[in-house]
Amino acid sequence: MSDAANLQGMQHEKQYDFNLPETYFYRSEKGLNKRVVEKISYMKEEPEWMLKFRLRALEIAEKKGRPKWGPDLSKLNFDEIYFYTRPNEQGGTTNDWDEIPEEVRETYRRLGIPEAEQRILAGVGAQYESEMVYHSLKEEWEKLGVVFLDTDTGLKEYPEVFKEHFATVIPPEDNYFAAVNSAVWSGGSFVYVPAGVEIEVPLQAYFLLNAQSSGQFERTLIIGEPGSKFHYIEGCTAPAYNTESFHSGVIEIICKEESQVRYTTIQNWSHNVYNLVTQRAMVHKNASMGWLDGNLGSKVTMKYPSCYLLEEGARGEILSIAFATDGQHQDAGGKVVHAAPNTSSSIVSKSISKGTGRSSYRGLVDIHEGARNARSNVECDALLLDDTAKTDTYPYIQINEKTAHVGHEASVSKLNDEQIFYLQSRGLGEAEAAALIVRGFLEPVAKELPLEYAVELNRLIELEMEGSVG
Amino acid sequence: MSVEQLEIRNLHVSVAGEPILRGVDLVLPKGEVHALMGPNGSGKSTLSKVIAGDPVYEVTDGDILLNGDSILEMEPDERARAGLYLAFQYPVEVPGVSIANFLRLAINARRGEDDEIGVMDFYNKITDAVKTLNWDDSIIERHLHEGFSGGEKKRSEILQLLVLEPKFAMLDETDSGLDVDALKVVSQGVNAARGENFGALVITHYQRLLNYIVPDKVHVMHKGKIVKTGDKELAMELDQKGYDWIKETVAA
Repeated sequence: MSDAANLQGMQHEKQYDFNLPETYFYRSEKGLNKRVVEKISYMKEEPEWMLKFRLRALEIAEKKGRPKWGPDLSKLNFDEIYFYTRPNEQGGTTNDWDEIPEEVRETYRRLGIPEAEQRILAGVGAQYESEMVYHSLKEEWEKLGVVFLDTDTGLKEYPEVFKEHFATVIPPEDNYFAAVNSAVWSGGSFVYVPAGVEIEVPLQAYFLLNAQSSGQFERTLIIGEPGSKFHYIEGCTAPAYNTESFHSGVIEIICKEESQVRYTTIQNWSHNVYNLVTQRAMVHKNASMGWLDGNLGSKVTMKYPSCYLLEEGARGEILSIAFATDGQHQDAGGKVVHAAPNTSSSIVSKSISKGTGRSSYRGLVDIHEGARNARSNVECDALLLDDTAKTDTYPYIQINEKTAHVGHEASVSKLNDEQIFYLQSRGLGEAEAAALIVRGFLEPVAKELPLEYAVELNRLIELEMEGSVG
Repeated sequence: MSVEQLEIRNLHVSVAGEPILRGVDLVLPKGEVHALMGPNGSGKSTLSKVIAGDPVYEVTDGDILLNGDSILEMEPDERARAGLYLAFQYPVEVPGVSIANFLRLAINARRGEDDEIGVMDFYNKITDAVKTLNWDDSIIERHLHEGFSGGEKKRSEILQLLVLEPKFAMLDETDSGLDVDALKVVSQGVNAARGENFGALVITHYQRLLNYIVPDKVHVMHKGKIVKTGDKELAMELDQKGYDWIKETVAA
């Protein structure tokens, strides 16, 4: 690594690199095996069916093996990873801020979470290590019958609705990392919004990972009953470590008839994390699903939010932002399956590559026979900030329906010297000018973010851009 | 205390090894407006970009002094913060960046870190400038020059000038491509900026603009040099006799 790159890393760390003393209640042995899986289930006092599900998933993972396509994962060594850690004595969640360990609160303070709460943030769920330790939810939501819990508690308190939907969107057979997650999942959010209930203020969860080599396998299950309307937001700012770290979440969303669900995430994993996430929504009649997926940080990210448009009139929208800097590979995009008539979708991907960073757009539009008048539009734009930066696109399109309309546009541009000079001639420094151009490039997607997340995104971009030009 | 002025001293400039300016001398005192005229390719636009610090150009000899100090080693943004401004002939588009957001950053770049401009101060400043240019307030939310007509781009350059309040501005063919109405509006903007703390170098090909922005002096450039300097009557004379007259005068 060059000196400049080291310096940049330090600037980044000033804001986000903190590694507070690790206090555990329980930590598994390193590596992934049957013993570890059984122990996790035992510690969580789970029902028999969940233990069986985990063990079956482990078998599937062992049979399947890792994917043979996509980014290089050869340095990801499971034998060096703890697949389960639990930080507090209670092992459950609390609604009381004072019950949270001081060092955890310190971490949250540095991330500005209490301030965020002072604003009108209605419910904050935060994950420390592999467990929810803090959770609050506005009273009126409870009155409306809205459930917003960590997933472990969701399983305990709502066993029937949980079992009915769990792993129906992403079964362990789906892919290797979904199988690994199914075997060792812990934490995540469980959201249930009853029929006809509309929630104005977004449901927000903050995820945080803070133990060396600890895996983070959150499992989020979101159920929108018919006619419901809500927005779930997950933010993530991870501290830095020395050894490789691994995050593999599974996010399942069910959008029932006429529901409108949005899921927003801005992730900023530290630069040694493998971030391999499966996230998918099943979209039913006249329902709509919107993903906004922002990926900064991590060493390797593989993430393709998906919409399966199962019934007539279903709509899906995927907005993706990827920012790859030195040594990073962001392999991101989106997938849409049109399985019914009059379904529509759009994918907008904006990627930025800097230094030796590489951004790949990987997308699929699959239109089944009989999906009459299905419409899909894909736009992917890449911006390269240096001559050493790379970008590539893998846009797969399969159309088996004659009446379908599919549009695809792609562009690659370089940071433009004339734009830099123009902005400089108005008094902006070179780095500030470049950051402004990048923000403008992302604006079509970023404008869909709630204000505090847009501000956070801008701050992260500025940090990534410091010392990047000249 | 040195005199407040922009001084070009024996300036030689090349681009890709090709000489364009061959010894330009020009003094623009504070509070004055000078016109810079000349045939196509004489080096007028180059001069304005070199003053602003465009890295495409190489200064091979001579100097540019702002209030007595050389600015050649300064970055374009440092020059801007020192009070220089270039109204571009062809301003670029910067997609996704609103005029308001951009100008707020530009103003704050001139102020201390703990001295950012207040929301109301900024709003008043920008809406005043918008009014001076007979524009609609909604313009400030539009993205920088995205989908702007040629005339709107020119108007944007003058809007920025009014908001940023430079000490010395170069206007590079701000009149080109404008109809008479647009020309009047743009001139109205420049005249509003005029005062004892504002100097400008108005680069134009035609005398027409100078009916609206009356210059204190007129310089004529040819083949990379100032070949004639006079008062505003010189512009009229040029208009009547054409640039061939200058070329013949210089050759003689």
